[in-house]
Amino acid sequence: MRAQVPIPRSFMMSVLHIALVLVALTTAPAHAHAPLPIIGLITKTETNPYFVKMKEGAEAAARENHIRLLTGAGRADNDNAGQVTAMENMIAAGASVILITVNDAKAIVPSIRKARAKGILVIALDSPTDPRSATDALFATDNYRAGMLIGQYARAALGRRPAKIAMLDLFPGHPVGAQRHNGFLKGFGLLAPDASSVALGRPAEVVCMADSYGDQQKGRTGMENCLQKNPDIDVVYTINEPTAAGAHKALVAARKEKGAILVSVDGGCPGIRQVAAGELAATAQQYPVRMAAMGVAAGAAFIRTGHRPSGYTDTGVTLIAGRPIAGVESKDVKAGMQSCFGDR
Amino acid sequence: MLRRQVGALAWVGVLGPLLALVLACGFFASRTDRFLTADNLSLVLQQVMVVGVIALGQTLIILTAGVDLSCGMVMALGSIVMTRLATSAGVPVPLAIAAGIGVATMFGLANGFLVTVVRLPPFIVTLGTMNIAFALTQLASGAQTVTDVPPALAILGNTVTIGRTSVVYGVGLMLALYLVAWFALRETAWGRHVYAVGNAPEAARLSGIPTRRVLIGVYVLAGAVYGLASLLSVARTGVGDPNAGTTENLDAITAVVLGGTSLFGGRGVIVGSLVGALIIGVFRNGLTLIGVVSVYQILVTGILVILAVAADQLSRGSAR
Repeated sequence: MRAQVPIPRSFMMSVLHIALVLVALTTAPAHAHAPLPIIGLITKTETNPYFVKMKEGAEAAARENHIRLLTGAGRADNDNAGQVTAMENMIAAGASVILITVNDAKAIVPSIRKARAKGILVIALDSPTDPRSATDALFATDNYRAGMLIGQYARAALGRRPAKIAMLDLFPGHPVGAQRHNGFLKGFGLLAPDASSVALGRPAEVVCMADSYGDQQKGRTGMENCLQKNPDIDVVYTINEPTAAGAHKALVAARKEKGAILVSVDGGCPGIRQVAAGELAATAQQYPVRMAAMGVAAGAAFIRTGHRPSGYTDTGVTLIAGRPIAGVESKDVKAGMQSCFGDR
Repeated sequence: MLRRQVGALAWVGVLGPLLALVLACGFFASRTDRFLTADNLSLVLQQVMVVGVIALGQTLIILTAGVDLSCGMVMALGSIVMTRLATSAGVPVPLAIAAGIGVATMFGLANGFLVTVVRLPPFIVTLGTMNIAFALTQLASGAQTVTDVPPALAILGNTVTIGRTSVVYGVGLMLALYLVAWFALRETAWGRHVYAVGNAPEAARLSGIPTRRVLIGVYVLAGAVYGLASLLSVARTGVGDPNAGTTENLDAITAVVLGGTSLFGGRGVIVGSLVGALIIGVFRNGLTLIGVVSVYQILVTGILVILAVAADQLSRGSAR
């Protein structure tokens, strides 16, 4: 019968429960609380090298400005509720400034409004909220310009051949995905929506579009399907370098890697190595460290002087190309390696 | 007599997690004076209300020796139905809410029908409906977040001030649901039938319990509860989020297991699931307050889940 369960054993398990909780907690690094002002940094995820680098930049700037930095993140790239929770907890911890890279440009807005109503300064890093005015300020790469740079390069590299473009995008509705996509079209000299549009432009030269979610495997699948649709693709735009790596694998498997010009955005160290290896023709490099450092500095200034930053601040973008082309300004792989993020 | 013993025994299963929760609270309180404040505890409750309510529905199903993998996705679908209807379709808010809860309930009915009448395993059935609900969520929303939700739809996110602490209405709803479920499972014939069906379905059937009806009822009820969770989710974020549900899905099952309910069915106390949800919430909140990255919460949760299941399995082994 079930009623015969020996109770002491369950209690032993309970004790074990607790022992493990305590072990887990005491081994976790905890900082003694000093009366430093607090800034919270919320990234998309904890593990992506881009955000790891951003965190390092923020930590360095926090030390310099005598700020205590709290960090948090969503659990996955599109986890909005996790970011809301992290923001609430940081405010409960006493943060008066929140720097956030939003997972969902629209969904986070009501929560940011609540925080700002309490007097908290909220700065968006890397990508804007929708509407952009939901945060006090935005420190980010000009993603439209990043797209334009690789678009111009791809156009010049293609020469006189007719363009058959495949575009491996992020996912529907994300402003960064739309800006890079439309910027690329603009740079390529095609009809394109402007930087404020969230809709993806699709002129006739674009023969295939697929959502990659910025993921290598989905990037590969997307490229494979595009090649099924049109085997003559000669230009491939990718939302980021992991997607480009997936697309490259698909091109190699189809023996088309020589005939297609592959371009991307990000400038992570693995991406720069892809450029060095000739897999990627060019990538537009962005600067997460600078972004975070500027955010922390602005937050520290707000805490000490009450000055609220506002508007948009461009944190810079540079075209890194394996082979320079006349008429398109670019830097080489060596320069790209010097300021890349991720494992060198 | 037997009933009393089983009851007492089940409470032992809650005691372990409860102790873990109290110790975790004690630990965080000793590290920061910001943890043990009424405002912060209210915040934690608010943060667990969605997962807590989903876990309630999940507990009912797990008590019948089933499992529902579709819970979070059904919740997401419900919230998209509500917000889309109330915004672009211009449907009055109460009707939109009813439609959202209705869709979630229909999913419960479908799950229940497939499990009891077609006799498919719950794991596979709900794996299927999870994907269906996810796809419908994306289609119904056009994969876009639904914004400009009428304030009336997010009314459960409004606060009432008790003493000097503000508590959101949603927390009240969650606690009320647990109270009702606890009473129904403990004091009504239906409640005893749910345990009996989970414990030994054949014996339950032979003793005259309408097992099929009880099972279908449990799935339908769980669906309706997920529908209420949809409403809480809208209240919490103020939008209809098509990407919601993925973390809630597993967090809800985790909360049930942490709360000491046996995955083999027939054993557990519903309040345990609330404790389970609170453990997750307290760690996430507390770790942020003391400045530790919140992945440690996921690590600790993982360890606790294995301990909870091991404790259940060991106690079963020695019962034979």
